[in-house]
Amino acid sequence: MSWRRAPYLLPLIAFVALAVYLSRGLAPGYNPELLPSALIDKPAPSFDLAGLKGEARLSNQAFADEIVFVNFFASWCVPCRAESPVLMDLARRDVIVLYGIDYKDKPEDAEKFLQQYGDPYRRIGVDENGRTAIDFGAYGVPETYAIDRTGRIRWRHVGPLTADVVTKEILPLLRELGAS
Amino acid sequence: MIIELGHFALILALAVALLQAGLTLTGAARNDLNLMAAGRLAAMAQFALIALAFATLVHAYFVSDFSVANVAENSSSAKPLLYKLTSVWGNHEGSMVLWVLILAVYGAAVAWFGDAMPPRLCARVLGVKALIAIGFLLFILLTSNPFLRLSPAPEEGMGLNPILQDPGLAFHPPFLYLGYVGNSVAFAFAVAALIDGRVDAAWARWVRPWTLASWCCLTLGIAMGSWWAYYTLGWGGWWFWDPVENASLMPWLAGTALLHSAIVVERRDTLKSWTILLAILTFSLSLVGTFLVRSGVLTSVHAFAHDPRRGIFILVLLCIAIGGSLALYAWRAPTLEPGGVFAPISREGALLLNNLILASCCATVFIGTLYPLFLDAVGGPKLSVGYPFFDRTFVPLMIPLLLAVGIGPLLAWKRGDVLGALQRLWAAFAAVIAAMLIAFYLSHGGPVLSVLGIGIAAWVGGAAMVELADRLRLFRAPWAEVARRALAQPRASYGMTLAHFGLAVTVAGIAASGFEQQSIALLHLGQTLPVAGYMLRFDGIGKHEGVNFTADRGDFTLLDGTRVVAQLAPERRFFPLQQQTVSKTAIHTNLLADFYLALGDPDDKGGWAVRAYWKPLVPFIWIGGVIMAFGGAVSLSDRRWRVGVAARRAAKGALPVDGSRV
Repeated sequence: MSWRRAPYLLPLIAFVALAVYLSRGLAPGYNPELLPSALIDKPAPSFDLAGLKGEARLSNQAFADEIVFVNFFASWCVPCRAESPVLMDLARRDVIVLYGIDYKDKPEDAEKFLQQYGDPYRRIGVDENGRTAIDFGAYGVPETYAIDRTGRIRWRHVGPLTADVVTKEILPLLRELGAS
Repeated sequence: MIIELGHFALILALAVALLQAGLTLTGAARNDLNLMAAGRLAAMAQFALIALAFATLVHAYFVSDFSVANVAENSSSAKPLLYKLTSVWGNHEGSMVLWVLILAVYGAAVAWFGDAMPPRLCARVLGVKALIAIGFLLFILLTSNPFLRLSPAPEEGMGLNPILQDPGLAFHPPFLYLGYVGNSVAFAFAVAALIDGRVDAAWARWVRPWTLASWCCLTLGIAMGSWWAYYTLGWGGWWFWDPVENASLMPWLAGTALLHSAIVVERRDTLKSWTILLAILTFSLSLVGTFLVRSGVLTSVHAFAHDPRRGIFILVLLCIAIGGSLALYAWRAPTLEPGGVFAPISREGALLLNNLILASCCATVFIGTLYPLFLDAVGGPKLSVGYPFFDRTFVPLMIPLLLAVGIGPLLAWKRGDVLGALQRLWAAFAAVIAAMLIAFYLSHGGPVLSVLGIGIAAWVGGAAMVELADRLRLFRAPWAEVARRALAQPRASYGMTLAHFGLAVTVAGIAASGFEQQSIALLHLGQTLPVAGYMLRFDGIGKHEGVNFTADRGDFTLLDGTRVVAQLAPERRFFPLQQQTVSKTAIHTNLLADFYLALGDPDDKGGWAVRAYWKPLVPFIWIGGVIMAFGGAVSLSDRRWRVGVAARRAAKGALPVDGSRV
């Protein structure tokens, strides 16, 4: 094989690498929405964010002695719209304490988003440059974390929450954490 | 009984596809004209069988036969007829049947027009297409069979996702699929050429009409999808960089590059192996688009189910199709003879630049879309994606492309003269300055980027007009001469002018989004809201019953001073079957600007949240898309004619006389 042929092999090599890579996502039992977090059972990263619409700042000091859920969202994120009815339902039924982190978003857009789809959050922090999302190791939006009374991350969900996730994961998790 | 007939027809279609692959590929290898002719008949038979299967599925939806599991899961009896029919492709299984139907349509069309083609090329193209059909028919029959029965049959179906019950979306998937699957023809031509070891101008002339046809459909499909998102999602945005949208954009970018590089192959007999690679990549990206949507490796709002088993099947199909064709490419492409040389500044050079930029854009979208999948390999997820990513990467790449699109068509083949071209473009420069001044004045010094964007749009549109005027010698030759030239111009060159002008129109629409004005307020009956110099009056609210939903409908009047401009009735529709609320926006348009109104939640004191936008030039985004597709169609009408002429003239041993540049 001469070197002249080498460039013609590049597309094939790139494709094989990609295929091997993508196939991991389809391995049995792999669910992209159940990606484990390196931070599971570790203390939640500390943050201190400006509040939305001039509300008080949001930091993890606010989470003392409570089981809280932190939901990363953005007005430009389409799956966030899909999950908003589920979040609204949780908020209406008062099942969980939910804080929102508005990820890489213009605050005025976020306000419009909440006006249209409803505001399920107790309070919202604005993560305009995405630093807090990086600290949490968030893959994108929407993403939801559960933090226990001691401030440790106990659960993580990538992608929109569904009614199924609520009954199969969130409610059992609440029972487990409530019991301990 | 009827649905079993459809199932049987699909199994038979698989058998015919196997036969077709065998006949055509053996026939081409042995140069046996009888086998190859039989292969062409098989392609038509395959189309007839898949059409029958599809028709039985349509019938099951039409009569709401809930004993068919697919119908029960995706339709309901109380639903407008149109949406009963569009439910056929509003779900995974049905959409896959539509996919293979379109594949078979293209296959039968290649077989039908095959008389004018070299028989071995035609046979190999049909052989490759049969192999693709085998893969996808197996996929349907083994993992996604829409012809299965439910016993006992339920009384009522589960209905179609309300967000999909919309005329804009009803015809979006068929066009998108016509585009995706149409790319399989160019792919088949590329693979056939690699087997054959020969790419020449005639090959490029054969492949271009198919590429154009699928490109037009894909353009329309994307425009429709974006328009749907605009008026349905109640947000006023028209592009969300959603994985599913990106999945359609990638083959469009690659297909656009392919269209342009095929011109170079046809006219200058060079860039051959690059064109072959583009043809392979364009269809591969179409497959990846299907794969991304169906397998659940990416999460999206789109209504298709997640199922990893299907994902594995598709991944295997992808590996065979893409990996196989790229391996063939690595093996055979080096043997393709290099063609003519050209200076960097030349028509070829400009088209190559177009290709490089489009390919980079495509790679950007690819990386941004698959980013969540790439992350856990590189270990440290320290990146962020979403529109911030695309705004910072895609947009800067588009600007040099848009600047070059004005100059490229004015350059000569082999060696061009940029300064000369720029001198001839003085009128386009004047248009840029005029447009920017007008935009600046009308928007009272609006956002700089939007004003610049309008300038770029004027550049692209002005240059397209200058190029046309140049070709017709407008204002330089007597009118009789201009008219004679206008008639003598090949349609393909008008197609190019139209497509480039359409691009300018779309760019103007996108750029003007920075000028939009909005008002959001909680309105009580009788109150007014000022928006962009107009007044919006809230006249009333009432309940309204649809076939399968109930709605709150607001009555609004849009006033300019005391003159009534429009009556608007936005709704919030509640679908009890799915327990889902969908916003139905009211849009008043005069084609130059949209007035966009969405009804939000009521508060408990009789006030309603109302969002009103004034969006100048936003309809241009889709009008431009339609002009681009129309330009493609005009060019296509020329091609079909020229293909025949070229074949006849070639038979006489003469070269086609040709004044076209496209």
